[in-house]
Amino acid sequence: MIPELGHFALILATLVALILGTLPLLGAHQNRMAWVALARPAATAMALLITFSFACLTQAFVVSDFSVVYVAQHSNSLLPIQYRVAAVWGGHEGSLLLWMLMLSWWAFAVAMLSRQLPDAMVARVLGTLGLVAFGFLLFILITSSPFERLLPAAAEGKDLNPLLQDFGLIIHPPLLYMGYVGFSVAFAFAIAALLSGQLDAAWARWSRPWTMAAWVFLTLGIAMGSWWAYYELGWGGWWFWDPVENASFMPWLIGTALIHSLAVTEKRGSFKNWTVLLAISAFSLSLLGTFLVRSGVLTSVHAFATDPRRGIFILIFLVAVIGTSLALFAWRAPKVGLGGRFGLVSRESMLLTNNVLLVVAAATVLLGTLYPLLIDALGVGKISVGPPYFNAVFVPVMTPLLFMMGIGPFARWKEASIGEILRTLRWAFAAAVIVAIALPFIYGAWTPLTALGLLMAAWVTLASTLNFVQRVRHTRGGQSFLSAALRQPGSFVGMNVAHIGIAVFVVGVTMVSSFQEELDIKMAPGEHVDVAGYRFTFNSVKAVEGPNYVAAQGDFDLAVNGKFVRKMNPEKRNYHSSQMPMTEAAIDAGLLRDVYVSLGEAIDRDNPEGEWAVRVYYKPFVDWIWGGCLLMALGGLLAMLDRRYRVKARTSSPVKTPAGTQQA
Amino acid sequence: MNRYFWILGGFAALVALLAIGLGLNPRDVPSPLVGKPAPTFNLPILATPDKTFGPGDLQGKVWLLNVWASWCVSCRAEHPILVDFSKKVDVPLIGLNYKEVRGDGGFDMNKMPPEEEKKLAFLRANTWLKQHGDPYKLTVMDLDGRVGIDYGVYGVPETYVIDKAGVIRMKHTGPINPDVLGNKIMPLLAELNK
Amino acid sequence: MKLRSLSLALVFATFLGSTAAIASSTTEAALAADPVAEKRLQSLSEELRCLVCQNQNIADSNAELAQDLRREIRGMIQAGKTDKEIIDFMVTRYGDFVLYRPPVKGITLLLWGGPIALLLLGLFALQRYLRQRARRMAEDRPLSAAETGRADALLNEGDTK
Repeated sequence: MIPELGHFALILATLVALILGTLPLLGAHQNRMAWVALARPAATAMALLITFSFACLTQAFVVSDFSVVYVAQHSNSLLPIQYRVAAVWGGHEGSLLLWMLMLSWWAFAVAMLSRQLPDAMVARVLGTLGLVAFGFLLFILITSSPFERLLPAAAEGKDLNPLLQDFGLIIHPPLLYMGYVGFSVAFAFAIAALLSGQLDAAWARWSRPWTMAAWVFLTLGIAMGSWWAYYELGWGGWWFWDPVENASFMPWLIGTALIHSLAVTEKRGSFKNWTVLLAISAFSLSLLGTFLVRSGVLTSVHAFATDPRRGIFILIFLVAVIGTSLALFAWRAPKVGLGGRFGLVSRESMLLTNNVLLVVAAATVLLGTLYPLLIDALGVGKISVGPPYFNAVFVPVMTPLLFMMGIGPFARWKEASIGEILRTLRWAFAAAVIVAIALPFIYGAWTPLTALGLLMAAWVTLASTLNFVQRVRHTRGGQSFLSAALRQPGSFVGMNVAHIGIAVFVVGVTMVSSFQEELDIKMAPGEHVDVAGYRFTFNSVKAVEGPNYVAAQGDFDLAVNGKFVRKMNPEKRNYHSSQMPMTEAAIDAGLLRDVYVSLGEAIDRDNPEGEWAVRVYYKPFVDWIWGGCLLMALGGLLAMLDRRYRVKARTSSPVKTPAGTQQA
Repeated sequence: MNRYFWILGGFAALVALLAIGLGLNPRDVPSPLVGKPAPTFNLPILATPDKTFGPGDLQGKVWLLNVWASWCVSCRAEHPILVDFSKKVDVPLIGLNYKEVRGDGGFDMNKMPPEEEKKLAFLRANTWLKQHGDPYKLTVMDLDGRVGIDYGVYGVPETYVIDKAGVIRMKHTGPINPDVLGNKIMPLLAELNK
Repeated sequence: MKLRSLSLALVFATFLGSTAAIASSTTEAALAADPVAEKRLQSLSEELRCLVCQNQNIADSNAELAQDLRREIRGMIQAGKTDKEIIDFMVTRYGDFVLYRPPVKGITLLLWGGPIALLLLGLFALQRYLRQRARRMAEDRPLSAAETGRADALLNEGDTK
């Protein structure tokens, strides 16, 4: 009964989405205020219906209703409750419903938080979101409904893949989809601007917080996925340049370009066409990612079970959405004016350089990801493009960007002096060079790549700090440094925090790649091994039982300089429902390093209390990778909460002056 | 037509690529050995264990090499077609039994001495062929899979067509079905035997 | 005590059936004699694709074929083969598809050259755009007296509406 209700709600939502996607848009075009007024209520209704539908599916999982095909395929009665809920998005159909849930919530948020925007603009934004929602809902209803029944019902479910039975599944997809789908709002704002012809600084101010929010979610989502792979898979790796990972990274790169470009459009009215194109591209890449994961066109560890019919549908959807928006852009763009003037060396031109570099980076990732397909399609061979390629080409493209990150914030709008900037920064650069030369020696080995990474990280950190300190000094007047610092606008603080976050990330990557140590060793109970100053003593292995698995649990003592630190208990699990044994590594995380122990196998299978093959890792600074991402997200959050986005319009003005332009 | 329409053109090219991609299989790996001489080997024969066989022994003839094992489920699917083939077509079909014991997964290889492995492998292979029919002129035993590696075997079953000069002319991965047999293998055999 | 050995027996009975085929690389490496060779094996394995997996290299994979290939490579390292010879061995049998670092040949020129070309192209286009823009801005000049008059007239016209 309940799954049928959920299905029905989905059908209703599709109809509402159709209404949302047509009437408000027509209304805005023909000045029919009655139709324009439909936008907010329709978006609200859509959100309610889809939330209800999602709740129905969740209920089916919680009570283990195996008469629903999707539940039978991805759940099991022994599965703990939190994974029964997370399993809702463990497969293709459910994850699409999660997509829709996120889209409907974003639309609802726009409907609720946009009081200061002109109604016609809101109608166009929500209308665009409605059209996207309509396409997706059709896709779900026609090819991928999670509510299909299984008659007779299965006695027991197939169980969720053990690799997914983890905290990561609870957090990573929702965060990631919030980001992915969030770029649809930036997209909708861009389309609204093209449709109305109103493409100006005010438009940029309105779309900026929404874009930042999506960017923050995507940053966190990708970081979470990376951390999950690190501790779950047992190999210590954190990024594989897998096609699906790349599919989430490309929107991130373009999204980063977009938030920088929006800054210029908002402050100076320039780059309007370029910003709109970036907004369209960011969401297009999200859609492309959706296609790649679900169509079977590329091999990936993340891919859902594939079905060519789904691939065709998504491709048609892609063509409809992206094709129409690009056509609309090509039609409208030439009519848009140039915007403010700026010099060859200025903050504007530097941000434009930032954009070019980020777009080149995204294009590089796209090239590598699709190249095997290109070669296969042309029939000239079959190749693989993997981490060795991406690691080799990505660093040269990112290095100039990191360098610019230090300089950019010092450039003045409209006209900047390169000499003045370099003079301000020369000591910072010198200090960075010293760090780059000295630090690797302290850790043991100096290589050019290590030095380069540390140079860039130190450079960005020092430059950002200097930028902040300098600004506080100039604006403090009579107050203390601290109170002046706390008064700085959110976007300024956010910028520097995010840039430092990137520096922290680079430190993590550089140090881990250069100085990690790994040891595969056979250990008998009582034996110990030393890695990088840490002593691991193997005590024993005992059998433990979990809710839906049995495991061999190892007992290790970790000691430093003779002092006991803690116990570590890696496990080798055997889930009842699956053939695959699963490794659960034991990790001692620290600010400056992780130590990681995972169990291989008993050397003699008939003697599990005897010797075991054990893998021990020392990973310096590895948590700085995700720490850096957290800082980036924090920076974005601070920027998003800047006062000027929250100040309501003093006068709700009619057509001529867009609301909220006090701080142009 | 302003310059912005170029972006649409680029997008159209991307869509075309993806559309073609929907019809391709990214896991399908063409063999680099096609057109090269069949790698040599010298493996014991199932029926007469003290004798060996190698590709050189069939020089001057067109023949098929079929990689199989008793633990391979898909091999069971293609086997009737092979049995039928051996009765109707006068082309020698040689079986390459691949990792009969090691590939099974149910044995602790650390505990099994080579002699015991060999005996067990021969026993299992013979039993299976007796059960399902023996289409092979002879079967050779590749116990550790080394010859399989030389032939680029990555999934069982696989079938090779080898010509009179000992050059591999075709490799088919996966079970043989009537479609492949009729449209690809038979015409090729006819041409090579001219 | 009895329950404990019973559970242990249960644990390892379930293991026997499943892990035999999946002897981990940890075990092989742990049992290996030569750590230097193992390091070379590791870096070579990271360059090679596991053909029976969904996008993994043979260092990370526990599939049968991956283990066999690692064993093969270990043997070749011990026999004194160079990295290039080992890579060529793999490519001869499995084709370019097995390499995660695509070989530099005719069909991959676009791939290897692409990023740098895009970077240079992007920077060149940027530079040209900035100059063009500066020129267009420079062409803006103040309105002449006649043009100012016309503009005023038009604006006044709008006000009376």
